[in-house]
Amino acid sequence: MINPAVFIPIAARLPPSNAIGAWPWLRRHFFDSAANSFLTLLVLALLLFALPPLFNWAVLHAVVQADNAACRAAAGVGACWGLVTEKGRLILFGRYPYEEQWRPLIASALLVLLLVVSCLRFFWRPTLVLAWVVVFTVFYGLMKGDVAGLTPVDTDRWGGLPLTLLLSSVSLVVAFPLAILLALGRQSQLPAIRTLCVIFIEFVRGVPLISVLFMASFILPLLMPQGAKIDVLVRVLIGMTLFTAAYLAEVIRGGLQALPKGQMEAAHSLGLGYWQIQRKIVLPQALRLVVPAIVNTFIGAFKDTSLVTIVSLYDLTGAVQLALGDADWRKFFIEGQLFVAAIYFIACFAMSRYSQWLEGHLHTGTRRQ
Amino acid sequence: MIPPAPPPPPRSRAWSWRSQAFRGLCYQILTLVLLVLAISYLMSNTFANMRTRGIQSGFDFLLQPAGFAIGESLFEFDSAQGYWVAYLVGLSNTLRVALVGIVFATVLGTLIGIGRLSNNILLRGLCAVHVEVTRNIPLLLQLFMWYFVMTELLPSIEAPLQPMANVFFSKNGLQYPLPEWSAGHWGTVFGLLAGVLAWRAWVRRAVHQFETTGLYRPGRTHLTGVAMWLSLTVLGWLAGGAPGELSIPEVTEINVVGGGAVTPEYLTVLIGLSIYTSGYIAEVVRSGIQSVAYGQHEAAVALGLSRSAELRLVQLPQALRVIIPPLTSQYLNLIKNSSLAVAVGYPDLVSIGSTALNQTGRAIECIAVLMLCYLTLSLLTSAAMNLYNRRVRIRDR
Repeated sequence: MINPAVFIPIAARLPPSNAIGAWPWLRRHFFDSAANSFLTLLVLALLLFALPPLFNWAVLHAVVQADNAACRAAAGVGACWGLVTEKGRLILFGRYPYEEQWRPLIASALLVLLLVVSCLRFFWRPTLVLAWVVVFTVFYGLMKGDVAGLTPVDTDRWGGLPLTLLLSSVSLVVAFPLAILLALGRQSQLPAIRTLCVIFIEFVRGVPLISVLFMASFILPLLMPQGAKIDVLVRVLIGMTLFTAAYLAEVIRGGLQALPKGQMEAAHSLGLGYWQIQRKIVLPQALRLVVPAIVNTFIGAFKDTSLVTIVSLYDLTGAVQLALGDADWRKFFIEGQLFVAAIYFIACFAMSRYSQWLEGHLHTGTRRQ
Repeated sequence: MIPPAPPPPPRSRAWSWRSQAFRGLCYQILTLVLLVLAISYLMSNTFANMRTRGIQSGFDFLLQPAGFAIGESLFEFDSAQGYWVAYLVGLSNTLRVALVGIVFATVLGTLIGIGRLSNNILLRGLCAVHVEVTRNIPLLLQLFMWYFVMTELLPSIEAPLQPMANVFFSKNGLQYPLPEWSAGHWGTVFGLLAGVLAWRAWVRRAVHQFETTGLYRPGRTHLTGVAMWLSLTVLGWLAGGAPGELSIPEVTEINVVGGGAVTPEYLTVLIGLSIYTSGYIAEVVRSGIQSVAYGQHEAAVALGLSRSAELRLVQLPQALRVIIPPLTSQYLNLIKNSSLAVAVGYPDLVSIGSTALNQTGRAIECIAVLMLCYLTLSLLTSAAMNLYNRRVRIRDR
């Protein structure tokens, strides 16, 4: 006698036979409607049309050695990666003196290492700030020279990858405290301070970076006391920092606004002062919320650095234009640009993946499954 | 019986350091004083520097003759005209590339954003590759690459590409036939406008009918509307005497004359900007559609709507409300990014501004005019998009 009150599970039935196997899968994903079938065929045709010639050009018929004659012979049929072999160092390090280029190499490696280390949560502690100060000092010493027997190199000869790294990281690091102040100011109860912050943020966000860079390179020298010179690199850094600060301030404001009001009220009732509240209660929570967005801002700054080409500093994008001033190699422009584009792509793609991972990782404490 | 509330504690004395209001006032006054001091110090430096370098100041240069020619312009410009006209040319060139770019980027971005949600793996992959590649390479580099394609890889003017009859595509840009203006075209314009009005009235009628009787014929309302619009335009054209002269570009030995033409610089900036921004717009559209509750999708499937009907009738109208604010910032970015046109030699606002700066040496004034133009453009765009946003948002009681 079976007790009807006892639940006896039965095995799940198999899906209908026309829903399993390779063909139904194909049909579901590629041919489930006339429009979808058409799209599938269209994309396949496009790939068949574009990929084999691309493969032939980029790999099969490509010239890898730095042989101008061979490149010219292969022009139009195969890519001339020999350009990268020949001009690689010019593209990577710009006009930095050739025999001294080990210095920017070490400097960039240090900075990249520090950037990677800063991405690991294990290292998020106060000593990291010290590490940044030390690495920036070493970077400057190595690049500028004139210490420890290194020959001095003027900043206007710096270029390529180290310049890109320096501009983007310095502008973000220096902009960070400024952005916190601006974001707090925008949320402040004091009308004069709030208005000033709003005007600054909205003004900078309303104009293109080029005009800010123009301002930095043409107007900043006029603002200096008479006789004082301001280095072109410093000018550009100031411009980029102010620009990044305005965008970063909006990102941080997003974090501030996401905090529940009770946090502030609780802090007030504990008798904490304004700066104590910000330092101990508000900022730690707000910043944690916006770390992924800060990484995205850094990606933007990294890409925006290419604009310094227009005010005649040769970063990665500028250096490739510089390298192709050589008439012999001018024909193989696109190969050089693809090389640089690949560097940018790898860096930005890695950072955006990191930002996505971080988003999931940081919120594990607050998210309920 | 509730005892009466005790009187509020006496207000702390207003002029005491313990009063929050007083402290706030002090901080603000201190900030303002410091700011004024800093500005006056910087201004005195500036005036001293300008005196020693012999730089003149003032905006009177705007009325002086510009003295330089501009490669392309919507209206006639010669170098004897004032700087302010040159700035207007720059502004019109910026707008010409930015507005067309916004249209292209929106269409392309929307299609790619929808494509990223397709169940077709091939299509989804292709769209994802487009988004990642366009977003992870700096715009300036992309512009340089497009410019190289436009000026080096395309055939020269002697043997242009001809995708269609009388359309020429070469290193000299794109040339295409253009109807020649004659008085009879007023009929066409009139028909076009009347057609738009008729279309609108027809759709209103259909909506009214749907609301009163429940009769709804999806697709057919707009189809009829378009038909009315087209036929009224043709009617207007016929009423104007059917003017048919086309200005057809002709290949001579050195260049192409006649017809409409766009320069390779314009094409570079347009294509570069549209494709770059389309990657961002695709992400905006994708996240907007994904923000629509999954139950809406299930309900649409349960009702038996096709995928396209589901997108058009259920998902896009709801996603639109989420999409518009970030879309606005992408439009603003596109307008601001059009300033990179200066790098490929397209005479946009920045290019004119920097030429004026080099010629007059009045850095502060030239950059101020430049920034003012972009600020105005940004404010106008946000205002227009806010207006649209107000129209499409959900109306609470």
